[in-house]
Amino acid sequence: MLVFILKRLAIAIPTLLLLIVFSFLLMHAAPGGPFTQERQMPPEVLANLNAKYGLDQPLWQQIWSYIWGIVAHFDFGPSFVYKDRSVNDIIAQGFPVTLTYGGVSFLVAVLAGVTLGAVAAVKHNTIIDYFAVGISIGAQVLPNFVMAPILVIVFTLILGWLPGGGWRFNDPSYWIMPVIALSTSYMASIARIMRSSMLEVLNSNHIRTARAKGLPGYRVIIRHALKPALLPVVSYLGPAFVAMITGSVIVDIYFSTGGIGKAFVDSALNRDYAVMMGVTILVGALTIFFNLFVDIIYGWIDPKIRY
Amino acid sequence: MALLDVENLTVRFDTPEGEIHAVNGVSFTLDKGETLGIVGESGSGKSQLNFALLGLLARNGRTGGRAMFDGLNLLDASARQLNAIRAKRIAMVFQDPMTSLNPYMRISEQMAEVLMLHKGLSKRKAVEESIHMLDAVRIPDAKNRVRLYPHEFSGGMRQRVMIAMSLLCHPEILIADEPTTALDVTVQAQIMELLADLQRDFNMATILITHDLGVVAGFCERAIVMYGGRVMEEAPIDPLFEKPTHPYTRGLLDAIPRVDQGQDALRAIPGNPPNMAGAPKGCPFAPRCGFVTERCWAETPPLVAFDGARARACYRPIEEVAA
Amino acid sequence: MVIDSQKMHSLAQATAAEEVAGRSLWADARRRFVRNKAAMFGLVLLVIVVMFAGFGNFFAQWSNQEIDFSVMGMVAQEGGPSLANGHYFGTDDLGRDLFARTVQGTQISLAVGVIGSAIAVIVGTLYGATAGYFGGRLDNLMMRAVDILLAIPYMFVLILLLVMYGRSITMLFVGVGLISWLEMSRIVRGQTLTLKGREYIEAARAIGVPAPVIIRRHILPNLIGVVTVFATLLVPNMILTESFISFLGLGVQEPLTSLGALISEGARTIAYGTLWQLAFPLLFFIITLFGFFFVGDGLRDALDPKDR
Repeated sequence: MLVFILKRLAIAIPTLLLLIVFSFLLMHAAPGGPFTQERQMPPEVLANLNAKYGLDQPLWQQIWSYIWGIVAHFDFGPSFVYKDRSVNDIIAQGFPVTLTYGGVSFLVAVLAGVTLGAVAAVKHNTIIDYFAVGISIGAQVLPNFVMAPILVIVFTLILGWLPGGGWRFNDPSYWIMPVIALSTSYMASIARIMRSSMLEVLNSNHIRTARAKGLPGYRVIIRHALKPALLPVVSYLGPAFVAMITGSVIVDIYFSTGGIGKAFVDSALNRDYAVMMGVTILVGALTIFFNLFVDIIYGWIDPKIRY
Repeated sequence: MALLDVENLTVRFDTPEGEIHAVNGVSFTLDKGETLGIVGESGSGKSQLNFALLGLLARNGRTGGRAMFDGLNLLDASARQLNAIRAKRIAMVFQDPMTSLNPYMRISEQMAEVLMLHKGLSKRKAVEESIHMLDAVRIPDAKNRVRLYPHEFSGGMRQRVMIAMSLLCHPEILIADEPTTALDVTVQAQIMELLADLQRDFNMATILITHDLGVVAGFCERAIVMYGGRVMEEAPIDPLFEKPTHPYTRGLLDAIPRVDQGQDALRAIPGNPPNMAGAPKGCPFAPRCGFVTERCWAETPPLVAFDGARARACYRPIEEVAA
Repeated sequence: MVIDSQKMHSLAQATAAEEVAGRSLWADARRRFVRNKAAMFGLVLLVIVVMFAGFGNFFAQWSNQEIDFSVMGMVAQEGGPSLANGHYFGTDDLGRDLFARTVQGTQISLAVGVIGSAIAVIVGTLYGATAGYFGGRLDNLMMRAVDILLAIPYMFVLILLLVMYGRSITMLFVGVGLISWLEMSRIVRGQTLTLKGREYIEAARAIGVPAPVIIRRHILPNLIGVVTVFATLLVPNMILTESFISFLGLGVQEPLTSLGALISEGARTIAYGTLWQLAFPLLFFIITLFGFFFVGDGLRDALDPKDR
């Protein structure tokens, strides 16, 4: 198991470095430097700025100091737009918010999706199954940017139950709509995957063996069917995680939650490349380590790929 | 009284393509300690027949008829009643040990749960008992290997595990569904030998399902030959091999290659196995039968007893078929 | 929306296994597809959407750029859906005809979906077939590269690209298409590996038929089933991606529009009581997604019939 984890790490770390270098080169190759703006700057000011941000050094040195900054000090450098704020400050402000509603949404999507899918499969071709399939097919054409306005219409404008935007850590009523908007379509996807894999597992030979042992139905499902049926769901968790972080962009815009997505969009509008890169790399790193975690879960469930 | 008395058992499956008639009115009995072979090619309904007995049919399957075991009709029994019988009194060994064992659980877990469930043993006791049973099926170093996962065993060893698992509660009936089909020929012989020894030691009634007449000859006292979901012929082993009275049995016997008779080519039964969709009409073997008559197409020949212990379902007189 | 990779692999196996009975596979599939109510329903939806995108403009009373000055400034009161003034779907907040704009948005969204999906499928198929066919170290290297690329947060990179290099519809097509070829390449690789082991392909190799010919004659025809299903299911995903980007204001630019951009506008103005601005684009958006989803799902079930 340890070898397995180390092997995975051996892939994860170069991937991350590659991502950093790639983002950096992308930024470097962008037409016009970060300080090319509508109004012309005197050349000496530009030179000063370039020196301040290290843009006058050779490319490899810039990359190296950037990577070193991230790896050694977890420092993404200064913002190109806000003179007094570093990329770290900007990220640190939004990240806890994103992590909170993102984490809750992720849990909701996984738990509700798995339950819905498993129940539908066990009650295959009954009303319950049709109901679950209906929900999961319907919900997947309701991505976050469609859910968000609908939720606001219903819960804020019509019913007036929930605040239409903003964020408070200590008041979960601010969490509800972001979480529903973000989790609905992934819940639906997970339910569909879970249902079809559960159906496949329930038709497999080893489940017949388990039934031939005289185990009661619920124990056959919980002890023998659940684990293998979860495997396809587990491999979907990585993409779902990325998609949910991406969705935070919409949530932040629509509900003014002020998460990391907001930082990304603001920096995109301001052409603050340093912040965009910082966020991209951070999300990439999260993705890579989340995938590592998923691989470990996979290995834990399936003894065949453990070594 | 017979241990198991099956009467007019039918199995049907509802599919989008229509109803599949897998088993059509099969009757037989099984006595205590007896060994019965059920022979037929794939699609003859022999496996579904036995799945029906333990309520293991796929979800779209329906049964009809009766199967009396200890005063209980297995086909009507509640889930609770069946669970008390499964593995404890009637156990099964499945065809493909590769997929029939749970690939995600250790052998110890899979075996112990049977004993914990039916005998109320503690986990530790149950694992100990399981190791004894693995010893009994001659798995070397059972004490350590019980902790392994199925994929860490070879095919033959896996089938031994499967057999050990089925014997844990000393069942009265063991149903072995093609126990050697998925295995190498040399391993097949070992497994059959093991099964024969265990059958004697445990004195279990055993139903051996197979397409291999050779295996039946070596193991069973009596055999049923099935085709198209029906019983074609039923007889004690020796007379069945000496003087088959049904064209299908004859065809099966002729198809076995014999070294001693120096034949040049394999003699196969012409045609394909029957299509089981829709209600059957006439004898299912008629399209492939060399002895077919007008009547065979229109009416289904009933299973008629003769010579005391034998029965056959054919309109042709015995003398003509058994020439 | 997600393409269930387990089902896709199962489909790949099913179509690879039936290569002998190739013709009857497709005949059976057509029969099953026609009998599948959901799939036929999806097909009807698709026909409606395509007709709407193709011929909708013949019925429009206004062009998509004209501003109706009689409703401008009073859109909430006057701009609702009405047969009398020819704004069947009402107007947007500038007084432009929403019917014409929805027609145009549907056209653009369909185009992005189909072209993006085509790019993804072509790149993924060629990549996967190459890796699977040549195998060995090359395969290892190519698939490791896919593993690495899968860890990149694409949407962020795409936004980065759109911001840095300027928005353009070409960039959008390419960017959206390049996001989704990775999974396709994995599936195609797996099926190519299976097919490669077949006797007739080994025979062809043994008599010296060059690799590109074998790939074109024997491997690619066998991939048609998987590719068709994947491409169909990919279209709604592409439309979703495009809508997402348009929602952020980084997608197609005025005077062009897409369903995503229209939904975004509709969502922004919802507080003024102009519900129709959200409702009509959203309706066509949902119909389109459902159409492709049901047809793709039905195609897959037709080619790989299993109870689920």
